[in-house]
Amino acid sequence: MSEECTGSGSECDEAIKRLYYYLDGELTDARRLEISSHLDDCGHCLDAYDFEADLRKLIANKCKDVVPGGLKERIADAIRHDSID
Amino acid sequence: MADQERFVQQAMEYMPALYSAALRMTRNPSDAEDLVQETYLRAYRAFEGFQEGTNLKAWLYRILTNTFINSYRAKQRRPEIADVEDVEDLYLYHRIGGQQGFRLGRSAEDEVLDLFTDDEVKAAIETLPDAFRIAVILADVEGFSYKEISEITDVPVGTVMSRIHRGRRALQKALGEYGLEKGLVGGQAGDA
Repeated sequence: MSEECTGSGSECDEAIKRLYYYLDGELTDARRLEISSHLDDCGHCLDAYDFEADLRKLIANKCKDVVPGGLKERIADAIRHDSID
Repeated sequence: MADQERFVQQAMEYMPALYSAALRMTRNPSDAEDLVQETYLRAYRAFEGFQEGTNLKAWLYRILTNTFINSYRAKQRRPEIADVEDVEDLYLYHRIGGQQGFRLGRSAEDEVLDLFTDDEVKAAIETLPDAFRIAVILADVEGFSYKEISEITDVPVGTVMSRIHRGRRALQKALGEYGLEKGLVGGQAGDA
């Protein structure tokens, strides 16, 4: 780690502004590298990034529902009937 | 016949994900079942036109989303997100004690996140108006790219980005309210 970041500079502002684009994988390689290197030096931003990444995982993991019994069969039947019509 | 078998074989594996998305969209198990069934029927009828090698999952979500918008949305039109302007970046993080708690390490924040139940996260998503809810489901639950979401929902990438970002803010605010009820989060940033 080079000198420690205080968590309030303009690099931090940039990093927080681009946080979602980074997590969404929507940045150019050059930008992504810039931010990665900032996160290596700045525990404050890394902490925020980790939190948002964890929140994203939480949302995806908590939104799984069990398919009601019989739905798959009903749909397969409907498709079979549809192709006879 | 071969086509039908191939379709069933390939498309059915996405049913659990499609059903969950349908349930978040319709907010109702019986409507969600109908929506998924209608989606599969439409997809089956259009399957000949589907190009092998292209993204089957995105194609199914496109049919699901269109069917939802055309069949269900008119029934329960909801207002735009009114009040996310006052929701700042990292809303939930700040209320859970991020930055202030930084020196203590990450474990406290992780534990707080773990305390949200499935029902609370689902209910928080379901508070979002249709367009924002769809964008957040496609991005955060299903992991589609902005470009894929643009193709699924037929809106420009810029609009997709704006809906995702506004939707996420509203979602954080809704989660924050559940957290507040449970005493997990502070009312104001910096209370921690």
